[in-house]
Amino acid sequence: MGMTMTQKILAAHAGLDKVEAGQLIEADLDLVLGNDITSPVAIHEMDKMTVDTVFDKDKVALVMDHFIPNKDIKSAEHCKCVREFACRHEITNYFDVGEMGIEHALLPEKGLTVAGDAIIGADSHTCTYGALGAFSTGVGSTDMAAGMATGKAWFKVPSAIKINIVGKPSKWVSGKDVILHLIGMIGVDGALYKSLEFVGEGIKNLSMDDRFTIANMAIEAGAKNGIFPVDELTEAYMKEHSSRPYKAYEADADAVYDEEYTIDLSTLKSTISFPHLPSNTRTMDQITEDVVIDQAVIGSCTNGRIDDLRCAAKILEGRKVKKGVRCIVIPATQKIYLQAMEEGLLKIFIEAGAVVSTPTCGPCLGGYMGILAAGERCISTTNRNFVGRMGHVDSEVYLASPAVAAASAVTGKISVPEELGL
Amino acid sequence: MKANGTVFKYGDNVDTDVIIPARYLNSSDPKELATHCMEDIDKDFVKKVQKGDIIVAEKNFGCGSSREHAPLAIKAAGVSCVIAETFARIFYRNAINIGLPIIECPEASKGIEAGDEVEVDFDTGVITDKTKGTTFQGQAFPEFMQKIIKAEGLVNYINSQQK
Repeated sequence: MGMTMTQKILAAHAGLDKVEAGQLIEADLDLVLGNDITSPVAIHEMDKMTVDTVFDKDKVALVMDHFIPNKDIKSAEHCKCVREFACRHEITNYFDVGEMGIEHALLPEKGLTVAGDAIIGADSHTCTYGALGAFSTGVGSTDMAAGMATGKAWFKVPSAIKINIVGKPSKWVSGKDVILHLIGMIGVDGALYKSLEFVGEGIKNLSMDDRFTIANMAIEAGAKNGIFPVDELTEAYMKEHSSRPYKAYEADADAVYDEEYTIDLSTLKSTISFPHLPSNTRTMDQITEDVVIDQAVIGSCTNGRIDDLRCAAKILEGRKVKKGVRCIVIPATQKIYLQAMEEGLLKIFIEAGAVVSTPTCGPCLGGYMGILAAGERCISTTNRNFVGRMGHVDSEVYLASPAVAAASAVTGKISVPEELGL
Repeated sequence: MKANGTVFKYGDNVDTDVIIPARYLNSSDPKELATHCMEDIDKDFVKKVQKGDIIVAEKNFGCGSSREHAPLAIKAAGVSCVIAETFARIFYRNAINIGLPIIECPEASKGIEAGDEVEVDFDTGVITDKTKGTTFQGQAFPEFMQKIIKAEGLVNYINSQQK
C-alpha cells in the first residue's frame, strides 16, 4: 500500500521510510508560526518550560497581523509581549507594522515556505502553504510553544480525500469558487482529520493565487491540510520568492484514499456561502430574492493577493460603489499594496468609492476595520460566516470571490459580474 | 478520574467564534475569557454554569479558528468535560494540550439531554446519564494522549521528558 503526498512528507520529517493513516508520529518542523492573538498565549506557555530559547531562531515566524496597527490598549499589550519575546530570542522572522502582512500571504512571499516543508502555525489557515506542496497545518498556542521549544510536533498521520481537478474555469470563476463548491459538496466536517489532496490536469489552469485560496480554506472542510502537486508554476513561484531548497513529493500510484471526487472547472459557477456556514453554498441561479448588502470586504488571507485585487479592479474600474454600501479593500501585504499602487489598482478602488486599508486580518474575524451592526449584511472574500463572525450576533456574512464581492459592491445586492455586462 | 455535572446541550458545528468571540481576544486571561464563554450561542450559559458541569454537543464541536482561548474559556468557566459526536481537529489538540477532558461518543451525544446529571469516567470512557439511568461507552484516549493528560498538559509533559 503506497503513501499519499502528505504521508510522504510526514514520513520524511519523522525519519521513517513509511507511515500509515492513524499512526502517531513525531515530526521535525521547518517552520513554526504565530500571530498577535495566539503568540502571547504560546509565549506564556513556553515560559513555563524548562528551555532557555527557541529551537532555531530562523525557523520561528511571528507575524503581527490580526489586531494591528493596535486597535486598543489590550491589543497593544499583546503585540508588546510578542515584540519583546522576538527581541529577547533574536527571532529572524518577526514582522511588525511596516513589514507585516497577513501571515499566510506574507510567508510564501518572503520565501519562508517551500515544497516538502512540514509547518505548524497557531492559526487555523496555516494550511495555505499546501498550495506550494508543503505539509502545513493549524495548531493551538501550546503546540506552537512546544514547536518553538523543541522543533517538533506530534501528529496522527491522516488519511486522505483525493480531489481530481479537470477542465478550465470560465472568466469570472476563481479558486474561491472551487473551494466553496467543494465545501458545499462535502460539508464543514467532510474532511475532518484528513488531508485534501488535489490532483489532475485542471490544476495547470489555476494560478498560484487560486491555489493559495483553495488550500487556505481546506480547514473549512475540517481538513488537517490541503495539498497541491508541484508543477512548473509552483517551481517558478518558489524560484522567484525563495532561496531555500525545496523537495517535490508525489503520492504513490497505489496510495489509498478514503474518498475521491472530481471537480470540472468548466462547469463551475460563481459560488456564494450563505449564513452561517461555509458549506451553505448557492450559485446565482439558486438565489431567488435580492440579497441587499451593507458592506463588501475584499481581502484576507484567503483573497487579499494581487490576482484578487486585479480581478476586483477590473469590475470596479469606471464604476461606483452603490451609495449606502461600504466597500473595504485590504491588500494582504505591503508588497501587494505597493504592486497594487504601481498597477493603478488603488486609484481605481478609491475613485470607485472604496476604502483601501493597511494589511490586517481586522474585519474577517470581527476585530476592527469593518465591524457589522445588528441586522447588517456583508459580502466578503474572507473565509468564515459563522454567527457573529464579523460583528453583531444578528449580522450576516456571505462568502464569495473577489469578482462577486466587487460586483455586489456596485449593485448593492449580491451580484455576479455578468450582471454588469462583464 | 471522574467528572460529574449538569449538562448544557448544543447541536452541530459549535464554532470557536461562538465559544469565545474574537472581539474578546484582546485578552488571553482565561478568567476574563470565561465571562464571555458561549455568549453568542447561549447568553445564559455564563450565568448558569456551575463548577463541574458538562457540555454535550453533536458533530464537529470547536470548528473554525485555532484559538486556544476557546478550550481555555470553557475550562475556566468550570466545565469538567465536553462530550461530542466528533470534534474539530485543532480544538481536539488544544483541549488535550491544556488539560480539558473531551470525549467522543455519538450515542451519548444523541441520548443525553440538557439538564441531565451525567458522570464521565476518563479511565474507562464510560459515560453515565444518572437522570435517565443510561450508560454509554465513549472512546478512551490512546495511550500517547493519556500521558499528556496525566501530566496535566503538553508543557508539563515536555518538562517531564527533559528531566
